[in-house]
Amino acid sequence: MNTFADRFSTTGALAELRKAQKAADEEEFSDAMWGSEAGFGSLAKGVPTFSVPNIPDPTAFLRLHTDDHADPTCKIKISHGTTTLAFRFQGGVIVAVDSRATAGSYVASGTVKKVIEINPYLLGTMAGGAADCQYWETYLGMHCRLHELRNRERISVSAASKYLSNLVYSYKGMGLSMGTMICGWDKTGPAVFYVDSDGTRLKGDLFSVGSGSTFAYGVLDQGYRWDLTDEEAQELGRRSIYAAGHRDAFSGNTCNLYHVKEDGWKFIGNYDISKMHYDGPGNVLGATGGGYGYELRVEGLSSANPPVAAQA
Amino acid sequence: MSIMEYNGGSVIAMVGKDCVAIASDLRLGNQALGISSNFQKIFPVTDRIYVGLPGLATDVTTLRERFRYRVNMYTIKEEREIEPETFAHLVSSTLYEHRFGPYFIEPVMAGLSKTPSGGLKPFIAATDLIGCLNFAKDFVVAGTASSKLYGVAEGLWEPGLEPEDLFETISQTILNAVDRDAYSGWGCIVHVITKDKVVSRTLKGRMD
Repeated sequence: MNTFADRFSTTGALAELRKAQKAADEEEFSDAMWGSEAGFGSLAKGVPTFSVPNIPDPTAFLRLHTDDHADPTCKIKISHGTTTLAFRFQGGVIVAVDSRATAGSYVASGTVKKVIEINPYLLGTMAGGAADCQYWETYLGMHCRLHELRNRERISVSAASKYLSNLVYSYKGMGLSMGTMICGWDKTGPAVFYVDSDGTRLKGDLFSVGSGSTFAYGVLDQGYRWDLTDEEAQELGRRSIYAAGHRDAFSGNTCNLYHVKEDGWKFIGNYDISKMHYDGPGNVLGATGGGYGYELRVEGLSSANPPVAAQA
Repeated sequence: MSIMEYNGGSVIAMVGKDCVAIASDLRLGNQALGISSNFQKIFPVTDRIYVGLPGLATDVTTLRERFRYRVNMYTIKEEREIEPETFAHLVSSTLYEHRFGPYFIEPVMAGLSKTPSGGLKPFIAATDLIGCLNFAKDFVVAGTASSKLYGVAEGLWEPGLEPEDLFETISQTILNAVDRDAYSGWGCIVHVITKDKVVSRTLKGRMD
């Protein structure tokens, strides 16, 4: 009777953990756990469990030591600062991200893979805690595969993103930090969902997430149309990430570009942001040629910006 | 939010054989947002002394004018150009005058000073924001990328570098250090001071 009461007393992550631990100890599994209702955020057998600080209120403890917005001197630093974007258009979904990881003002890495390849039809983007995104989106991939095996059909982008949002919601307040876009192609066509660690889940055509998102939105909104060609759309993604990498101190280094079509995603390329500034993205489809840098584009067009040759 | 990191920027100075070099980045930011890639932080004091002023941009402008005024007054009264050592103490006392409400600048100085025998001796110095002088014999750094500059300079610098080699060393040092700092970068400028000329070069740096 007590077990029954426990099971339905709360839906919080701690209770779930307790439950999973107990189930594992007793090796007692109901048939329901193996059916199609298994998963979807429940932490039953075969799923990871986490140790939490052994104090009365672990949520407050974790928030105190990981939230560097409230307290920049907090002991546990979670890497922030990113620009990621994804948009839906006539030809599928474009996903473009930068590759910089910062810890405070230190550029910890310039070669981070912020697009997580969940499966051949699903991509997730990474903003906020790198470990949180990497871990939970990989975990999401596992459950998407289980869904396929159970239902003999690929999971919809909507269902996959809802799985993730329910999952992170169960950990609400415990310091998970992720802002992600789940992108893919399913029965309904191209789809993009925004999911974050607050539990927000939004369906939309166009999203950008991270410290450089405002700069990316600026370029994206200006150039976005539904009937963009594939090449135009890829160039728009690249150009938007460049703008963010240029202006935002916490974004930059390189741009990773993906295109999702009916037959799954395809990696288009990796572009150095500084190289795009001076020389452009190189000889790629959709590129107009020449660097994106402001000085280069306005050179010689007004008396305030005489050609470099004239200055010498 | 640290006021020293509000606008970003870094400066480094190095000693060579009968020459000195001073270099800075060109970024002016408003926290994470980059505003300008053409912000001057290094200023000539005399023909043979340069001062770099990394820190809060408003104080860069103020201090630059303050130093100009004081150096001009010194030149008029003494009827001679100021020596680097003297200028360093002028910087130090100017900053200490504001001990309890400081300018948020950590100046770096580089120059050639006259020796009694009539020769020239390389001179570099730096101070903290309230004027504690640091006379180093190899290199000095300051700004948001200071820790990264120390690391690279420690690895690249060697004694007795000729002007061309010193230029290469200081350029590689600042270029690579600011690439690891979110608040510095957006191009660099290098000045190499030798006995008969100053060579200033603007370097193309990463623009992210």
